[in-house]
Amino acid sequence: MITLKVNGKQHKIDVDPDMPLLWAIRDLLNLTGTKYGCGMALCGACTVHLDGKPTRSCVLPVSQAEGKTVTTIEGISADGEHPVQKAWQSIKVPQCGYCQAGQIMSAVALLNDNKNPSEDEIKDAMSGNLCRCGTYQRITVAIKNAANEMTE
Amino acid sequence: MNYFEQINQSEHQSLLQEIEDSTRALNVSRRSFLKTLGISSGLVLAVKIPVSNASPMKWAVGAKKDGEFSPSAYLRISPDNTVTVICHRSEMGQGIRTSIPMLIADELGASWESIKVEQALADQKYGSQNTDGSRSIRRFFSPLREAAATARWLLLEAASQQLKVPADQLECKDTFVMKKSGDKKIAFGDLIEAASNLELPPKEKLTFVTDSQSKYVNKSSSVELVDGHGFVTGTALFGADVQLPDMLVAVIARPPVLASKVKSFDEKAAKKVSGVVSVIKMDDLSLPAAFKPLGGVAVLAKNTWAAMEGRKKLNIEWELSEHKSHSSAKQKEALKESAKNADKVLRNFGDADKAIKDAKYTHTSEYYVPALIHAPMEPPMATAHWKDGVMNIWASTQAPQGAQQTVAQLTGVKPENIKVHVTLLGGGFGRKSKADFVAEAAILSQKSNKPVKVFWTREDEIQQGYYHAESYQILHAAWDKQKILAWKHQVSEPPIGSTFAKDTKHIAGEANLGLLDMPYDIPNVICANGAAEAHHRIGWLRSVTNINHAFASCSFIDEIAHKLKQDPKDYLIKAIGKDRHIDLTKQQADYGNYGEDIQLYPIDTSRIKAVIEKVAENSKWGSKRPKNRYLGIAAHRSFVAYVASVVEVEKTSEGKIKLTNVWLVSDSGTIVNLDRVKSQMEGAVVFGISLAFFGKVTFNEGAVQQSNFHDYEIARIKDIPPTHVDVMINDHPPSGVGEPGVPPIAPAICNAIFAATGKRIRELPLNEQNILA
Ligand code: FES
Ligand code: FES
Repeated sequence: MITLKVNGKQHKIDVDPDMPLLWAIRDLLNLTGTKYGCGMALCGACTVHLDGKPTRSCVLPVSQAEGKTVTTIEGISADGEHPVQKAWQSIKVPQCGYCQAGQIMSAVALLNDNKNPSEDEIKDAMSGNLCRCGTYQRITVAIKNAANEMTE
Repeated sequence: MNYFEQINQSEHQSLLQEIEDSTRALNVSRRSFLKTLGISSGLVLAVKIPVSNASPMKWAVGAKKDGEFSPSAYLRISPDNTVTVICHRSEMGQGIRTSIPMLIADELGASWESIKVEQALADQKYGSQNTDGSRSIRRFFSPLREAAATARWLLLEAASQQLKVPADQLECKDTFVMKKSGDKKIAFGDLIEAASNLELPPKEKLTFVTDSQSKYVNKSSSVELVDGHGFVTGTALFGADVQLPDMLVAVIARPPVLASKVKSFDEKAAKKVSGVVSVIKMDDLSLPAAFKPLGGVAVLAKNTWAAMEGRKKLNIEWELSEHKSHSSAKQKEALKESAKNADKVLRNFGDADKAIKDAKYTHTSEYYVPALIHAPMEPPMATAHWKDGVMNIWASTQAPQGAQQTVAQLTGVKPENIKVHVTLLGGGFGRKSKADFVAEAAILSQKSNKPVKVFWTREDEIQQGYYHAESYQILHAAWDKQKILAWKHQVSEPPIGSTFAKDTKHIAGEANLGLLDMPYDIPNVICANGAAEAHHRIGWLRSVTNINHAFASCSFIDEIAHKLKQDPKDYLIKAIGKDRHIDLTKQQADYGNYGEDIQLYPIDTSRIKAVIEKVAENSKWGSKRPKNRYLGIAAHRSFVAYVASVVEVEKTSEGKIKLTNVWLVSDSGTIVNLDRVKSQMEGAVVFGISLAFFGKVTFNEGAVQQSNFHDYEIARIKDIPPTHVDVMINDHPPSGVGEPGVPPIAPAICNAIFAATGKRIRELPLNEQNILA
């Protein structure tokens, strides 16, 4: 049995401790907002926050998340009111939308760390998140807008 | 004809000719598009709307159901004033689930707040649902607005009777019918009964909202994305997200080499993995592959990870097929030979060979583009549940009707008992119009008697795909002073047709995609194709062979411009020549024109030149640039749309380059959702950069050598320079949007590299050319 704290809720799950956190979240907790894209920490689709730090859940054994705080996209704001989500909506960042949960998790983590990131800092922080649809330019703009809103 | 031959015919045609029964009727409506901007034949309604059992043609029969008013297959109105729009095309990032409702809301006079979107099941009544070939708006603009205009007419008539006011004094606005004077109104929901009993209006009575009346269509300050909230909160449902009670997740070990057979495997070992429930051998694939599953062994487990772990233990021994000796290096040589001796003439005008022989100045170049794979962020995913004689399927499919047909053929279940629910697609790019993955889920659900989700890992997606074919192209030109006298384009590339008929070695419809429609005004032209053997499944990928054909022809014209010491943009305009509609029938070319009527969608040189001029203006082509910045330009017509791009690069002190700006101008005719058109073009730039920089799938001993994003890279945020997209707005008929932005990007990049460094890139990808900073 492993105890996971996800989005403020405790879950006891009977799971192989080696199972990556991604599958525990998606298949066992039924939180499917966190996506699979590569399983090798190459694409960022599976990004969650582990004690606030952006983490690739596809390569993190679930046992290593025990005792830590996990936040998934569902825990950011269910009604989409986080400034990053709002900026994403108003800039209309998503195309297919599949990578966007991971993008938003990376963006939120960045802005929690750095209230006013430069363009280079944005690109550094977001360089682990792939988007095949090619929404990168809008991601950059949306992060700047969200930063502005958060510091206002 | 067996089913797969039919698929060959129909799917092939759908790509190559894009003619489907339903759209034949639509053609009639499109014919009148220019003249009347949309007043079209009642035939469309007859095709689109299931009224056949209603005689006389009253809506009451089948139209009013559960108290709702369903004036067409595409929309219905409920008593609570909700307008439900049924989206019959798959959403894969192009925004169709927002664009169709915009079109309908405008035409119906409904407020955006009253609109709900429902995704259609696979059903012939909608016309083609094959979301492929940049056709959703192109093919359905007219039928959709006719459906909405018909509904509006019925609502106005019903209100006219109730209010005792002539219909022409009424208007539909904000989901009400109101008097234009503003003193009376009735909600749509209160007109259902009356409207349901009216007869269909004759087509002449239909009117359409004008641009100035429209609130959503073509307006930049548009509405929110229908799925936007779901995307940003993680609640949107993709193929991978389907979870059913008692569902098993299947991961399949497919043969590394096409059409190989399973000799043995270790079922016990796989079953020892905790969570694994069963192991099922799939039928071996017999060629042609078409949309059949690839075979192999499936591991079914209680969760995804257990299935993946179980698969690792299978220890399969394969009986490899003849394709095991295939390697990309060897094949490249074969393609080169075949291109040189290209024997199938596809366009022939004048005498290019003679002109080349006689000319004083000639130039020859050879281009190679490797195989590519789609890599949508969500790999193919499908869930099936076989129960009580009904097969329910939830899949991220671009082609629900095709999936239904394929599953019917392979499982023996009647199409009407196969319900294909379309989830959101985490990207498609052509991969998800092939139903092999959907069929796998259906077969496994039948065999296991459980709901089964078939999960493709990234490795599966990259190694078991339908590949954009590797291509070898040779271009020859001859000129005299400034004028090109001859153009000869020889191509060898394994054809898509080989996926559907084993012995196909020549391209067919692929030639329509940027090869025989070369637009330069040249008196002697020959385009020819040499035979090529396929050793893996060949498929279509966003913009298809326009990718490689445009890479060659847009690079080659730039080569000629430089040889002639001409400005590449000015020379491009000059080479295209005077304003005209190019008539390829006079050049012995059988041109498909993306399935469109050439009268309505001509190859219009004035529109190619217009996007070139505009992109030149936007990029300040010809004026002084910052130090070490250089430009390249390319323009291409595809999917009956016109796109030009200018790429700016910066040369570093080491003589390497990096991208600093991209400009793109598109002309897709009539636009519905300006923001999504822009975003498609932005995305196309990124897609083009990805394939130019990194795109390469190689085979060795018959198997794909790449496996994930470390060795099949796609562009990251740092690779993308500021991108400036400009969408031309006009009232030409609606043209393609999703694909036509891709083809000019790679040649524009390479033309800029030449301008900067004098190095001519004729082989992609660039990351192997020692040129990227
Ligand atoms: S799925 Fe974890 S980084 Fe790609
Ligand atoms: S929006 Fe489709 S992958 Fe990013």
